[in-house]
Amino acid sequence: MTLAIFFGCTFIAFGPALGLFLFTIARDPLRIIIFIAGAFFWLVSLLLSSLIWFIAIKASDPRDEPLQKGLLIFGVMFSVLLQEAFRFLYYKLLRKAIEGLVALSEDGCSPISIQQMAYVAGVGFGFMSGAFSMINLLADALGPGTVGIHGDSQLYFLTSAFMTMVLIFLHTFWGILFFHGCEHRRWWEITAVIVMHLAVSGSTFCNPLYMGSLVPSYLLMATAATWAYLLSGGSAQNLQRFLLCKSCSVMGTGDPAGSSGYLDQCWGGKRVSQGLE
Amino acid sequence: MEAAAGRCRVPLPAWWGVLFAVLAAGSCQGNSVERKIYIPLNKTAPCVRLLNATHQIGCQSSISGDTGVIHVVEKEEDLNWVLADGPHPPYMILLDGNLFNRRVMQQLKGTSRVSGLAVAVAQLSPPQGFSPGLKCPNDGFGVYSKDYGPQFAHCNKTVWNPVGSGLSYEDFDFPIFLLEDANETQVIKQCYQDHNVPRDGSGPEYPLCAMQLFSHMHAVTSTVTCMRRSSLQSTFSINPEVVCDPLLDYNVWSTLHPINSSGKVDPEKEVIIVATRIDSHSFFWNIAPGAESAVSSFVTHLAAAEALHKVSDVHLLQRNIMFTFFQGETFDYIGSSRMVYDMEKDKFPLRLDNIYSFVELNQVALRNDSILWMHTDPVSRMNKTVEAQVRNLLDILSDSSMGARVTLQEAGYSQPLPPSSFQRFLRARHIPGVVLTDHRTAFQNRYYQSMYDTPENIGMQYPEGLSPEETLEYVTDTAKSLAEVATVVARALYRLAGGANNTSAIQADPKTVTRMLYGFLIKMNNSWFQSIIKPDIKGILGDVPQHYVAVSSPVNTTYLVQYVLANLTGTVVNLTKEECLNPEKTPSSEKEMYEYAWVQGSLDPNSTSRVPYCVRSTVHLSKALSPAFELRQWGSTEYSTWTESRWKEIRARIFLVASKELEIITLVVGIAILVFSLLATYFINAKADVLFSIPRDPGAVAY
Repeated sequence: MTLAIFFGCTFIAFGPALGLFLFTIARDPLRIIIFIAGAFFWLVSLLLSSLIWFIAIKASDPRDEPLQKGLLIFGVMFSVLLQEAFRFLYYKLLRKAIEGLVALSEDGCSPISIQQMAYVAGVGFGFMSGAFSMINLLADALGPGTVGIHGDSQLYFLTSAFMTMVLIFLHTFWGILFFHGCEHRRWWEITAVIVMHLAVSGSTFCNPLYMGSLVPSYLLMATAATWAYLLSGGSAQNLQRFLLCKSCSVMGTGDPAGSSGYLDQCWGGKRVSQGLE
Repeated sequence: MEAAAGRCRVPLPAWWGVLFAVLAAGSCQGNSVERKIYIPLNKTAPCVRLLNATHQIGCQSSISGDTGVIHVVEKEEDLNWVLADGPHPPYMILLDGNLFNRRVMQQLKGTSRVSGLAVAVAQLSPPQGFSPGLKCPNDGFGVYSKDYGPQFAHCNKTVWNPVGSGLSYEDFDFPIFLLEDANETQVIKQCYQDHNVPRDGSGPEYPLCAMQLFSHMHAVTSTVTCMRRSSLQSTFSINPEVVCDPLLDYNVWSTLHPINSSGKVDPEKEVIIVATRIDSHSFFWNIAPGAESAVSSFVTHLAAAEALHKVSDVHLLQRNIMFTFFQGETFDYIGSSRMVYDMEKDKFPLRLDNIYSFVELNQVALRNDSILWMHTDPVSRMNKTVEAQVRNLLDILSDSSMGARVTLQEAGYSQPLPPSSFQRFLRARHIPGVVLTDHRTAFQNRYYQSMYDTPENIGMQYPEGLSPEETLEYVTDTAKSLAEVATVVARALYRLAGGANNTSAIQADPKTVTRMLYGFLIKMNNSWFQSIIKPDIKGILGDVPQHYVAVSSPVNTTYLVQYVLANLTGTVVNLTKEECLNPEKTPSSEKEMYEYAWVQGSLDPNSTSRVPYCVRSTVHLSKALSPAFELRQWGSTEYSTWTESRWKEIRARIFLVASKELEIITLVVGIAILVFSLLATYFINAKADVLFSIPRDPGAVAY
């Protein structure tokens, strides 16, 4: 009955991603396009980095164990850098896209903001990364056997599923952070994303000591989540209002203008009229 | 905005692509996750399903393989764990070869706690003997029945194979595999020791070591059913799914004087038929060493044929001699029944009238005190003419053994014929004939039709440290003793055929006999066999020699017997390759009388090229398919109706299985995470405006 393990691991790994996709991305065709294009960009980065690794492996002696291990570490680090490079390229592409969308619109507002694009791009990257991590494991989870006959840990499938889940979340938050850093020319945000990504990938070399890879990854995810939330317009008060006032029916778009009296601006794809005379 | 008002369109092809990727990723052989989980067992032999007119025999697994927790059974007490005590049924048993007997198998057959069996081949043959064949082989298809010699029918007088347990002819509903490699057996036992051994009296804990065997057979019930289904498929379906195939191959026959193979021989011409069988069987598929039951007899026959062809006045002999090698005799006389049928229906150059006498060689290697027994049919000898001819035959044989180290003795009137191809000829006509064996009553062979009928069974021993070439040429005692028998048979045949001269010059060559024994029992890929076959079939010389009749023809054994006979009895002719391959173009080739073969020749001593040449011989193949399939009488009780089932894949692997609790926990955690994340995302999305407000900082404008 390892259908149970198959479905269990699928839901653990892709449950949150499914939720994000269904409720935030699936309704809007533009977001779907950005999501798929983001997945594609990640895929191309993986293709290039695997090409480099494959050439390195073929050119080296397969029996030299430390060399193979070293090549693997080099491959992983190179892949991380290439993924972030492609994230930057995608950012550039999306900036151009925004200018085009603004030109096409009736009211000079792009139907989607760069922050929303950052979020969707992050989900796209994360989903494709998770798919590549998890799908061949899921296919083998369908058979009657479980990992362990050569001495590996029995929890292999379960920990891989949790790692995939955390990686999808991390890519989402890194997308937001990275685009924000590019937008406001804050290089230290970009560097932080790259360092976090290298740290998470590097921690997986601790496996099968799963505490060494899962715990730091979840801690980093919490950090990145908080940071991304703050950058996206969140604050502690908002969080409090959300958690406590759950029965309050705050409908509509609220009062986006607040009390500071902004002039005409775009918010959420609509031009908002003046709040104050 | 049109974009915002558009409906959600999930691109469907993308999702099918992902699903396909999941399935494709898993079916890649040898991907690294699969290698973490499974250890494949490569050197195994399955037990397959065979069917006859009324029954199915052999083993069957479910369509997606049978899985079970491994339990090693090395003594009979270990069986109690499997049958009663073990807490994790069903079990997959790793049985020691010495326990593979009828009593244990009956216990396993009766329980549902066994999902399969893997037998580790015993290093030494069981000393008490082991034969999965029947006690009365080929009963009901020989000559003795309630109408002919009823006192001899169904082994009433003599049980030929008393050690026989009939295991091969039972029907098992779980897969049974043979583990040929001792290293793989050790790996399985190590896995069992690490995970499955009960500790402190309580049951072992998960994860447990398990094995999965795949050997799903497509045919069911009987030949009648499976051939009916196959013929319906072939008639009506564009892509027919045939479920079983009849056992078929080719008989090899050759005559001392060439005859026109597409014409008919005059009724006045008399022929003496010498016959042996060339196939064997065991419980497992494609494992049939058959050293004593088949190889010893046909090697002796080949040596006698070679000795006769060397005699100078062969062309002056009054009668012709036909050397016949029957295939499929293990399965109710497929080859001999077909030849008799062809002779009766005039599809063979000879007719039953032409047969002057019949000499058969059956199991001649294990002689006690070098006595060879001559068996005759007591029922036909009650006729005076037949009795006189048989008497003559027996006297000639006894005379030929003078001066040789073989003593021929008669088995007597009280003994019926042992199971032999001669019985099929007797069913058609009362021909005088004799069957030569090394046993008077029961078989001397205690491993009849089993995997233990190996060269050691007939006493073949080689000294240590010989290279393969030296081993090929080394003359063993077995070879010498079989050469003696061949000499006696050759001399007797010369006399029977009307030869008048002194026979002391007729000698079988022990060097040829030992090379044949080496090639057919130990290593087919030797230099002699390589030099006598056609260049384009050298791929057949690869495997461990075995002699199962199989369903694709001709099998290696048939090819090799054909080419060895051509080499030993034919002549080298000076034709080019084109002339040899197309003899009808050459005027003097007499294509109907002879067969021409272009063989690749031996290796030059210091080079890698061979010197091929053309061999002209009288060796022909005749189809050995039971007449039941020609006549489409699939339920026939007169002719053999054995078929072999078809299958898709046969493999075995071991792995660890996790406990049910872990699986359920994983599923529950997964569902919980899914539900929680869906709810959380819904609420966050619904209250997004609460959570995310516009930043007040005028510099950071959201656009």
